[in-house]
Amino acid sequence: MKKTALTAVLLGVFVHLPRLCFAQTESVPDSGVTAWMLTSTALVLLMIPGLALFYGGLVRTKNVLGTMMHSFAAMAIVGVLWAVCGYALSFGPNTLGGWIGWDPNLLFLNGLDDAVADGGIPEYVFAMFQGKFAIITPALIAGAFAERVKFKSYCLFIVLWVLLVYCPLCHWVWMEEGFLFNMGANGAIDFAGGTVVHISSGISALVIALYIGARRGYPRSAMHPNNLVLTLLGAGLLWVGWFGFNAGSSVSSGLDTARALTATQVAGASGALMWMIIEGLRHGKVTSLGLASGILAGLVVITPAAGVVKVPGAIMLGFIASVVSYFAIQLKTKFGYDDTLDVFGIHGVAGIVGAIGLTFFIRDEWMREAVAASPDGVWGVGQQLGVQLAATGITIVYAVVVTFIITLVIDKLCGFRVTERSEMSGLDQACHGEHGYGLLNLN
Amino acid sequence: MKMITAIIQPDKLDEVSEALIKKDITRITVGRVTGHGQKVEEDLYRGQEVGIDLSPKIRIDIACNDDYVEEICQIIMATARHEGGKLGDGKIFISSLEDCIRIRTGERGSPAI
Repeated sequence: MKKTALTAVLLGVFVHLPRLCFAQTESVPDSGVTAWMLTSTALVLLMIPGLALFYGGLVRTKNVLGTMMHSFAAMAIVGVLWAVCGYALSFGPNTLGGWIGWDPNLLFLNGLDDAVADGGIPEYVFAMFQGKFAIITPALIAGAFAERVKFKSYCLFIVLWVLLVYCPLCHWVWMEEGFLFNMGANGAIDFAGGTVVHISSGISALVIALYIGARRGYPRSAMHPNNLVLTLLGAGLLWVGWFGFNAGSSVSSGLDTARALTATQVAGASGALMWMIIEGLRHGKVTSLGLASGILAGLVVITPAAGVVKVPGAIMLGFIASVVSYFAIQLKTKFGYDDTLDVFGIHGVAGIVGAIGLTFFIRDEWMREAVAASPDGVWGVGQQLGVQLAATGITIVYAVVVTFIITLVIDKLCGFRVTERSEMSGLDQACHGEHGYGLLNLN
Repeated sequence: MKMITAIIQPDKLDEVSEALIKKDITRITVGRVTGHGQKVEEDLYRGQEVGIDLSPKIRIDIACNDDYVEEICQIIMATARHEGGKLGDGKIFISSLEDCIRIRTGERGSPAI
């Protein structure tokens, strides 16, 4: 009985799918859907080394390994944590008044050995696919406090953050019983993680950056990226992986997948194009880092929206995301906080733009479904906007409060920041006893 | 005029250069070099500590007028030394400098420094 409920839930995870298709339970995996979901799972994992390269290239030579280790350590730590209990906490039935899920049968993914979810994919595949999202989200945050935190404290931080921030949010938004999943007529729209992944990581990043303070010497001395070639390579891998992230989030292999893939491609490109235009107009030169930032802003903004917007909407969202993120990053200089690799400026801001802005570009088909699902048969853009604003607001408030508490506890317990001396000699030497570039002569 | 060449550990570069700049000694040249002193450098490689034949060092070159030599050397010694002084902290070489030309103006000798 439990298994049937669960599988129904798993497929219901993505709001935009017509609910009809969850009705029949299949016990044999559909090889087409399964093949695409296996591919998507691998593609999302590829984003994590991509992120390591993206962030690694942006810091100074002495911190390149320490920064890349933040992403790789997330693969190791959350990779285990998710299988042990993360999946049970996110996709178990409501517990503690719906704050989180819990199902002892899902510990160590125990109950999944023979489970086939309704869309025809083995539930193992779904659990692993979701696990990659749980890995990349805390790794994204690391960009905000790059070059100055203790490795040990970072490891403790991602454990607590995944358990206390990621799992509850994932449960609220993507679990069929989750309260954000059911908000309004047809749920709060978050196709692939605008609130769960990007807003939550962006806003948490800002909290920690404010708490632990700027790097030594910031913003007085220039801190040049050690290798923008790595950064561009990383941005490219992230774009490739994002097709798994978004198109895989349809948990199908059909029209919905094609829609999400198209929106993702177009928004990534339009974000990059807009950033190029802004820099060209304002500075007369287009930078490679700017273009990479535009790609990310475009991909982030389309993440919540990929299932509900058409191509013109995707292009517009990409444009808007780049403009807003560009100016948000200028604000950083004005306020003087050190969000080192602009996690808030890009993921937080573009995530918020996407989660709210998508309301104005929803395809008619989805709105008709919402109207049909609404008890009084009326549902408009204004009402959906209210739902999107509420989901965004709840995510922000929850992430700020809990991240602040976690940060405070870790700082009191074992200190979040490295000593001044370690910061000067660099994390590679101080935390890992290695150096990234051997005998090459770099900055 | 003297040429001061200091060979120091890479992790001390920030401390040394910041201390020099703070005392207005801003005309410095820094390079990443490799060499071998008394110390056998140890690095971690797949869980084993291994010695490296040639280890990375930082070389700082400062050309200065005679009055500054002592001050510069004191600053470098104070900042480049690891707690208590360790093998591998480096060396300072001082040699006399025959002439100096500022390319932009063609000035020569002390004023050009």
